[in-house]
Amino acid sequence: MTTFTGNNFGDTPVVAAQPDNYLTHGKTIGSWLFTLDHKRIGIMYLVTALLAFFIGGMLAEVIRTQLLVPQGLIFHGTGSVASSYAAYRYYNQVFTLHGIIMVFLVLIPIVPGALGNFAMPLMLGAKDVAFPKLNLISYYLYLVGAILAIVSTVLGAVDTGWTFYTPFSIQTESYVVVMVLGIFLVGFSSIFTGINFMVTIHKLRPPGMSWFRMPLFLWAIYSTSLIQVAATPVVGITFVLLMMERVMGIGIFNPALGGNPVLFQEFFWFYSHPAVYIMILPAMGIVSEIIPTFSRKHIFGYEFIALSSLAIALIGFLVWGHHIFVNGQSAELDAVFSFLTFIVAVPSAIKVWNWLATMYKGAIVLKTPMLYVLSFIVLFTIGGLTGVVLGALSEDVVLHDTYFVVGHFHYVMMGGTLIGFIAGMHYWWPKMFGRMYNETIAQWTCVVLFIGINLTFFPQLVVGAEGMPRRYASYLPVYQPYMIASTIGAYIQLVAFLTMAGYLMHSLFYGKKAPANPWGSGSLEWETASPPPHNNFETTPSVGDPYDYSDLVFDPAVNGYVHIEKPADSLAPVTATH
Amino acid sequence: MSEAIAINPTDEQVARAHLAHHFDTPQQQFDAGTLGMWMFLATEMLLFSGLFCAYAVFRATHPEVFKYAGQYLDPVSGLINALILLTSGLTMALAVRFAQTGKRVALSLCLALTMLGGVGFLAIHAKEYFDNGQAKLLWGTHYAPSVGPNGKPVAPITGLAALVAKPKPVASSGWHALKSLGKAGFVVSHSAIMPASIGPAGVAPAQKPAAVANAFQPANVQIFFGIYFLMTGLHSLHVIIGIIVIGWLLIRSLRGEFGPGYNAPVVYVGMYWGVVDMVWMFLFPLLYLIH
Repeated sequence: MTTFTGNNFGDTPVVAAQPDNYLTHGKTIGSWLFTLDHKRIGIMYLVTALLAFFIGGMLAEVIRTQLLVPQGLIFHGTGSVASSYAAYRYYNQVFTLHGIIMVFLVLIPIVPGALGNFAMPLMLGAKDVAFPKLNLISYYLYLVGAILAIVSTVLGAVDTGWTFYTPFSIQTESYVVVMVLGIFLVGFSSIFTGINFMVTIHKLRPPGMSWFRMPLFLWAIYSTSLIQVAATPVVGITFVLLMMERVMGIGIFNPALGGNPVLFQEFFWFYSHPAVYIMILPAMGIVSEIIPTFSRKHIFGYEFIALSSLAIALIGFLVWGHHIFVNGQSAELDAVFSFLTFIVAVPSAIKVWNWLATMYKGAIVLKTPMLYVLSFIVLFTIGGLTGVVLGALSEDVVLHDTYFVVGHFHYVMMGGTLIGFIAGMHYWWPKMFGRMYNETIAQWTCVVLFIGINLTFFPQLVVGAEGMPRRYASYLPVYQPYMIASTIGAYIQLVAFLTMAGYLMHSLFYGKKAPANPWGSGSLEWETASPPPHNNFETTPSVGDPYDYSDLVFDPAVNGYVHIEKPADSLAPVTATH
Repeated sequence: MSEAIAINPTDEQVARAHLAHHFDTPQQQFDAGTLGMWMFLATEMLLFSGLFCAYAVFRATHPEVFKYAGQYLDPVSGLINALILLTSGLTMALAVRFAQTGKRVALSLCLALTMLGGVGFLAIHAKEYFDNGQAKLLWGTHYAPSVGPNGKPVAPITGLAALVAKPKPVASSGWHALKSLGKAGFVVSHSAIMPASIGPAGVAPAQKPAAVANAFQPANVQIFFGIYFLMTGLHSLHVIIGIIVIGWLLIRSLRGEFGPGYNAPVVYVGMYWGVVDMVWMFLFPLLYLIH
């Protein structure tokens, strides 16, 4: 009963440890730098994005430390207004870099680039993405963009905020051109990744895997790619125009030359609001994978979760105007955009209810990925509901540009995207590196991180509702208790993240060997060894229902789950011919 | 992939030889490439769409500027260019057909003709740009024509340059040159936004005596030329890239690489060239035929 027979090829345990895997296949530096293997490219994305996350995170700690005292702890003047102005400019640079790094170098690429690249072809039972060379080009565009962003910081850090609003971004004496060029390249990386993934899902699905038999992570990746392909070119041309403004003085966005600065905001948010869904949709896909696995129960409402991803992608294109409610948009447009913003909350809520229904009466296993998913649901719900508050016109007029907005989008980005990513990283970690991390420490870290995030961002919601504006380097003393609480929360997060880095690094060298299927998941990536061989699958896996756990049992001999033979299997294995 | 290719391989063998390891059949590989190319072209259209959108916004808010400035452009040049691109589109489509049917000489000829069309287009366009530069029909503060579209002299614009200070002197070399790159453009010591009393551009009455002298010249004509150079410049960049890629196809075609078994690159580039043609068919009336 304990042998692996899911592929009906006999009793040979296909999941036995492979002597050669993708990590050991080619050991030279060149075999990594010029690899066309989607798994290695995924690991390269993972390392680069985590490095960027570290830099962005340390900048966040600088911001929080600055705000410990009302006049600013790090950057403050010597008494005169002029000296304060000069000192606070550094603060502007710090929060700008924090925003740019986190948005463009971490949140947007990290889930599709790292986890999508690694897991998607495996989940399809495919050997690679459709265009492996394009995949590598995407990575290098991302890398060069990231390097340009750092170069611009060294030359003269940008102080515009991550939104680059004109006309200030045209006038400021910082290296906007270099920074924007870097982001332009990162944008093209994103476009190429999106095209690659969409074509892969269209054309490389194995026989038997119809659209509605795909794992939900693939639906999420597909919807994300759709946004990447359809929205990113617009911000690309917007940034080209911004560069032209600075280099040539072309005048489209410059009011001094008859241009229209609000047009920049429209263009920018036409991309940047859908980009929020580029960030959150793949995280939702991860949640949809983890919840049924750790509830030992079939996903509830498969079609609704799948199609709500597409719905979010499509409606997400129609809400950008809610960033411009108070910037001179007509009242009629305000009302339309407010309404559409409410509508986009519906498919998100559909997902949350379906996740809850999946857990209902499930045999929930509280392993680390599941714990992160539970914190995702709590944090994302807070973030989502505060978003609806901001989408309401009258409230937005009051809350616009306050810390309430900061708290809101950090709940979504940090509590949603990042926690979802971390859940996914813990979920696929054994598959990626073939090692198990220390489960106890990982679970405690999750709890500490949950406390840290709430302690950081909930006071920001309160202080914003009380009227504290965002992006200021100093504040009124009355807000100080909230700011101190928020800063303590940020330090707690730092401790949690450093612990996480510690035990994950430790697991790479000293962790227990991971079985092929440590969690008992039903999707195809768990049918191959951990870590997978260079060609992904030794034998072509058979396609079944990815959320059917009835034939998976825990086998203490391999410390993981194995398939047992099911009588009269209606889902006869369909093998692809290669 | 690993099967040996005979001295005179069949189309099937050629197709198999070009099959990447992660595809099952040549057809699947071709379909994946075609879908990817269509998506890429969609993103190209979206790249242009930002400019079309800017065009629409400014034309709606400054119709007088577009009507006035459009008269500066020569519709005949634009029309000739449109005809050149249409012809090159035909030769490119024929090239695709000849690649599929394995007519190698005709394929190379058609690719060469397509390149010629692209070069001709660029030559005419360069002449237009040159004339624009001579007449100072440029963007932003560089817009300073001395002659109106009707051939009559207009007084020089004095209002614009005064609003925007001159950039600081640029250091000559090395680190400092790089440093000044980031600060290129405008360095202003005061807000460049006009005082509110002047009112929004285009709506406000001419505020300076010099502008009054140009009674027939609306304010903010430089915006039209900004958009004109951005749109045609981005399009010309695409034409240049197209010529380079078709040149690469021509070399491969002369080597005899394309035939019924393998012609995917020709098909994909053909799709790209079609889109480049099509964009001009929109740009030409929008910029040259304003009434």
